[in-house]
Amino acid sequence: MAMQKNKNKIKTTLSRKIFLAALFLFFALVCLMCLVPFLHVLALSFSHKVPSLQHAVTLLPLDFNEELQVSQIGVDLSSYLFLLERDEFKSAFLISVVRVVLALASSLAVITLAAYPLSKSKEVFKGRTVYAWFIMATMFISGGLVPLYVTIQRLGMMNTIWSLVIPGCAQPFLIVLLLNFFRGIPKALEEAAFLDGAGQFRTFLSVYLPLSLPSLATITLFIVVNNWNAWFDGMIYMSSPKNYPLQTYLQTMITSSSQQMMTRARAELLRNISDRTVKSAQIFIAALPMLVLYPFLQRFFMSGMILGSVKE
Amino acid sequence: MNKSKRKTPGVGGLRQQLPLHLMILPAVIITAVFAYIPLAGLTMAFQNYVPAKGFWGSEFVGFDNFIRLFNTRGSGRIIFNTFYISFLKMVAGQLVPILLALLLNEISTAPLKRTVQTILYLPYFISWVILGGILKDFLSLDGLMNQILGAVGIGPVAFLGSNAVFPYTLVVTDLWQNAGFNTIIFLAAITNVNPDLYEAARVDGAGRLRCCIHVTLPAMVPIIVLSVTLALGNLFQAGFDQVYNLYNVSVMESGDIIDTFIYRIGIKSQQYSLGTAIGLFKSVISLVFVAGSYTLAYKFSDYRIF
Repeated sequence: MAMQKNKNKIKTTLSRKIFLAALFLFFALVCLMCLVPFLHVLALSFSHKVPSLQHAVTLLPLDFNEELQVSQIGVDLSSYLFLLERDEFKSAFLISVVRVVLALASSLAVITLAAYPLSKSKEVFKGRTVYAWFIMATMFISGGLVPLYVTIQRLGMMNTIWSLVIPGCAQPFLIVLLLNFFRGIPKALEEAAFLDGAGQFRTFLSVYLPLSLPSLATITLFIVVNNWNAWFDGMIYMSSPKNYPLQTYLQTMITSSSQQMMTRARAELLRNISDRTVKSAQIFIAALPMLVLYPFLQRFFMSGMILGSVKE
Repeated sequence: MNKSKRKTPGVGGLRQQLPLHLMILPAVIITAVFAYIPLAGLTMAFQNYVPAKGFWGSEFVGFDNFIRLFNTRGSGRIIFNTFYISFLKMVAGQLVPILLALLLNEISTAPLKRTVQTILYLPYFISWVILGGILKDFLSLDGLMNQILGAVGIGPVAFLGSNAVFPYTLVVTDLWQNAGFNTIIFLAAITNVNPDLYEAARVDGAGRLRCCIHVTLPAMVPIIVLSVTLALGNLFQAGFDQVYNLYNVSVMESGDIIDTFIYRIGIKSQQYSLGTAIGLFKSVISLVFVAGSYTLAYKFSDYRIF
């Protein structure tokens, strides 16, 4: 039998090699297609105004030699220097950071506190079924965009950072994810805590939370990614652009014409930058936190999906 | 009752129950305010809502808003676009990741496999504001994509400016964002296949291709069924973030979807009642799809969310 297997192997070697070569080529192309738009933006952001306006930049940044009047491979930092001078960009970045921190703190508090009672059986926590339906039903039915907008308006939350932070801080999906994890924690630990005289709150703090760090990490990443990337709420709830978080600022900047921006530009910088390179630099800075984080995110997002799907 | 209380600490009794109720309170309040009050606000769809008069004082108009909407020129087109774009995205969004997962599975060098995966799902975590900003430059008439196509004698193609092309631009760029991540989910299902099955198939004389068709694919069926049925629930979600960040006046006819319409009518032009009515129309239809898909998912693969 071993002989037969060996024969088989030899017979398929050539076609296998061709297949593998084609496969590598295919994936190289697919990966390239995935990356090229990002590399292009990166190259543009480090390029000089002239080659960028000539559409000469592809995947490598081009600098411009004023004396020879030619473009050559090189790095031009003027777009980034220009952004460093711009208060709007810096304040939008700061608002986004504050938003992520506030959303993380409030969401983690609300979600962990809600997941604990919901992880109890209905014999232990009377009313569990009612609470569970009350919260979970909102995954399927919602008032939609306009009623939520009117609600936030009437609550007087417009133009406050709370309009971005509070409405999304009791996400049913994340509560479900955590409560499923809580259910996997051995009952014996909890009973031991109760026997030692700990109450529910104490048990939650010193037994459940320390044991749930992996799933808390997953939830943290969900919240950070969602809040960093959110732009629409900032656009509708903030009437003044000075309150925009980074993604909203970026959105209006990309859509709007660049005239306004150019007139405000400092004279010596104006000489070296173009709308295209500045946009690219802003896009790249806004994407940077996710680009740095994302290789670590996959594991957590996958494990989050697995944790959330564990059923008793 | 009293007995069991003593037996199992933590059961019954106000001292143990009260903290549980208190702990869930913040989530209940937030859900009530930001989910149930807006739900009640759906009554605006049947009113001529005037902010100064409030929910209670505004005039009740029955189905007038809905009638007005369906009589608006282009509303049929918008509903069609929503279905068409979300349907194409669903089909492509399932087929391409399955295919990529099967092919990726043939690569036996682990580091290479991981590198490819990591590159493929990069756009998944980036917002549509950024992806849209990148694509608007990349896919413009004098953008890099058309320069590349021009080099091989094609184009230029108005990816973002032609009604004939725009829906497909949406589908492909949606794949760009999501296919990599879904590939990983399918790939995880493949890795769980019992290696003995392959061994048995090889002993029976099956080649790579036949192993793939007769061992890998059948093993993937449960996750494929689950994934497709859950995707059915998104059949009315054409993707607001993506469309809003890519569309423009010239592709309104092929690219305008219900969600962008709601935003323009309900928020931008402040016609709250009309916007609510369209939103309600969309919610009802999506709810039917979601309920249907969950029923199917539960039937086929015993899937439950909680």
